[in-house]
Amino acid sequence: MNSEKKLVVAHAPFWHDGSKISTKNYHIMIAALPAVLWGISQYGAPALAVIAFAMACAMIWEVIMNIALGKPFSIGDGSAAVTGLLLGMLMPATAPWWLIVLGTFIAIIVGKQIFGGIGFNPLNPPLLALAMLVISFKPIFDFNEALRHYDLGFVMTYPLADLKYFGTGAIAKFSLGDLFMGRQAGAIGSTCSWGLILGGLYLMLRGYMRWEISLSFLAGVFITALLFNLSDSAKYAGPFFHLFTGYTLIAAFFLVPEDSSSPANFIPMLIFGALAGLMTVLIRNIGIYVDGVPFSILLMNLANPLLDKIRPKAIGKVVENA
Amino acid sequence: MIKRSFLGLVNPRLQYNLVPDSVQELPVPNKVILLLKESKNGAGASTLKVGDGVKTGQRLSASPDSAEYVISSVTGTISAMAPYVGMQAQKYTAITIDASGQDNWDEGFKNEPSLDTALKFFEYAPGSPCFKPFADPEKTIRTIVVNGMDQDVLLTANQYVVKNEAVDLKGGIEALKKITGVERILITVPESLVQQGSTTGGEVKAISATYPDSLPHMIMKNVLGQVVSAGATPEDTGVVFVSAEAVAALGAAFGSGQLRVTKLVTVVGKNGKTTNVRTRIGTPLRDVLQACNVSLNDRDRLILGGAMRGAATYSEDLPVEPRTDGIVVQDEADSAQTTDYPCINCGECIRICPVKIPVNMLIRFLEARLYEDAAAMYDLECCIECGLCSYVCISRIPIFQYIMLGKYELGLIKTAEAASA
Repeated sequence: MNSEKKLVVAHAPFWHDGSKISTKNYHIMIAALPAVLWGISQYGAPALAVIAFAMACAMIWEVIMNIALGKPFSIGDGSAAVTGLLLGMLMPATAPWWLIVLGTFIAIIVGKQIFGGIGFNPLNPPLLALAMLVISFKPIFDFNEALRHYDLGFVMTYPLADLKYFGTGAIAKFSLGDLFMGRQAGAIGSTCSWGLILGGLYLMLRGYMRWEISLSFLAGVFITALLFNLSDSAKYAGPFFHLFTGYTLIAAFFLVPEDSSSPANFIPMLIFGALAGLMTVLIRNIGIYVDGVPFSILLMNLANPLLDKIRPKAIGKVVENA
Repeated sequence: MIKRSFLGLVNPRLQYNLVPDSVQELPVPNKVILLLKESKNGAGASTLKVGDGVKTGQRLSASPDSAEYVISSVTGTISAMAPYVGMQAQKYTAITIDASGQDNWDEGFKNEPSLDTALKFFEYAPGSPCFKPFADPEKTIRTIVVNGMDQDVLLTANQYVVKNEAVDLKGGIEALKKITGVERILITVPESLVQQGSTTGGEVKAISATYPDSLPHMIMKNVLGQVVSAGATPEDTGVVFVSAEAVAALGAAFGSGQLRVTKLVTVVGKNGKTTNVRTRIGTPLRDVLQACNVSLNDRDRLILGGAMRGAATYSEDLPVEPRTDGIVVQDEADSAQTTDYPCINCGECIRICPVKIPVNMLIRFLEARLYEDAAAMYDLECCIECGLCSYVCISRIPIFQYIMLGKYELGLIKTAEAASA
């Protein structure tokens, strides 16, 4: 009963909704564009160089690893480009070229490839790189020193540094409007609050970034900062200040909901985001680092497998008592 | 194929096809192929030989006391008998009958509703009803659910029966009560067919038009309020599911005295156009496709069943079986391609799974071939086999295939353990 026609025998289901990893990553890059373009317009050609070089280095490191491991090229799925873009957005505009090479090496190879590639990384790659660079090369990430030659028409001191070393009296000169519109000193892609919120809303509405994590992270930051502020408003800043400065918004929409390092069930996602937000504000207010975002999120990434066990019982599951 | 919606906040919802087309009756084919299941006790003396004459409605089996049989759907002579291996290594004998064109009905069918008659003549009825649980002394069946809704997307055969053959359905339900002695017979229909369903004599229950709410496990949960445990079947909990087409065949047979030998099939062409045809059981697929003007080229997919749970087959010379509810032809360009990318933990599968299985962890264990751990820790046996996880997987992992393979391998492990115990 063999016919002459060669039919393809595949397994059910024969329909698919058309989603792809590359589509998702390209949309993430599009969503990041407003903030990136703003940063480039502020800091000029050096910022463009950092972003472009970071993306290129990330993709080159991934190609090198693919060749070294004998696997097919995986840069077509766009995840290396997104990692490079996000890492570039987290850097100061004056980051030297070797820092970017080292940072993308850590992000791509140490953060992702040695674990098996996409989907296997337990830690967030750009944040892992950022954490290691911040600890190793602290002066480069001191934004007051990095941006000392820039005068862009607004107050050029780094808001979180002012808060930590001089208290809330020193941040009175930053109006919330300025912080929201992007008139603050900081990393290339993390200063433009409205751009990041716009991009984040786009990703959440299109279903590419899980809103449960983004919103619970923002809620965690907001509520913790509010509680600290209410207890001692001379030392601790208000919640909106913490939302619009530092890496909060870029983390909320682009970094914390990174697929592989965050939980996938509903309640774990909420707990993950809220605790990450809590840790961020704790480090900012009573820790020694100016911005606690990288460390708090990496800490919660370690808790991810345990959190993911909080899930509803499958329907029909027979629980046998030990 | 329904693509991902622009706004991603709501889970994608596949809807059943609720508009049954009118039925096109196909002429008697030149030859039919009937697949006779191999008896459990191995090949006995075969009473069938090439050259035997058969009549329409005649019961053909390998030996007189064999439990497996086929009902001939045409009058003619047996022209070939060959072994055939089907899905999941099930062995059959493929009996090819050259049809003479006229119908000479066999007198063997006794028109009295009893469990014995049902077991002897209706296991091969269109819609594939199974009467064995009623004869099983270990099972007490208290409810029968007549499913007036099709189980897969695109198909409309059962709904056509509820809409247009309600009289036969009524007769069939009465016959069921006499055959099985079960008093509680429910009929599940979509909202649009509640009117017709209430004329059949069964207790009408409306179910939603969203896939996979018409699958037996979902009906058990939503309509009957009973959850079928992992690894058990609805029969273990006292419920038997029958398709509306099978019940209508019962009613028509006891009403007219002639067994029904035709099957209602929904044929879906490449452009999505659906047609309902009624054809003799055993008609080669080629004849059905030609009658519906559906073209089939190299590298297409010829799917028996629906688009979500069907089985792609390798030849158009294979026959229409009593359980073939649909034939879907999918062009190579429209087909869903799978990749060997790993799971990226996006969670889409978890959000869409109707029975809340943590598919992202399950697929990792299945890819690593740890089937016992998958069943113990990540609920492999709870899966109701709807295929929605593979539908939404962004990495294009063939999750459904891994799950079916896992269940098959787990079954082999268990039988090996039982044999050595």
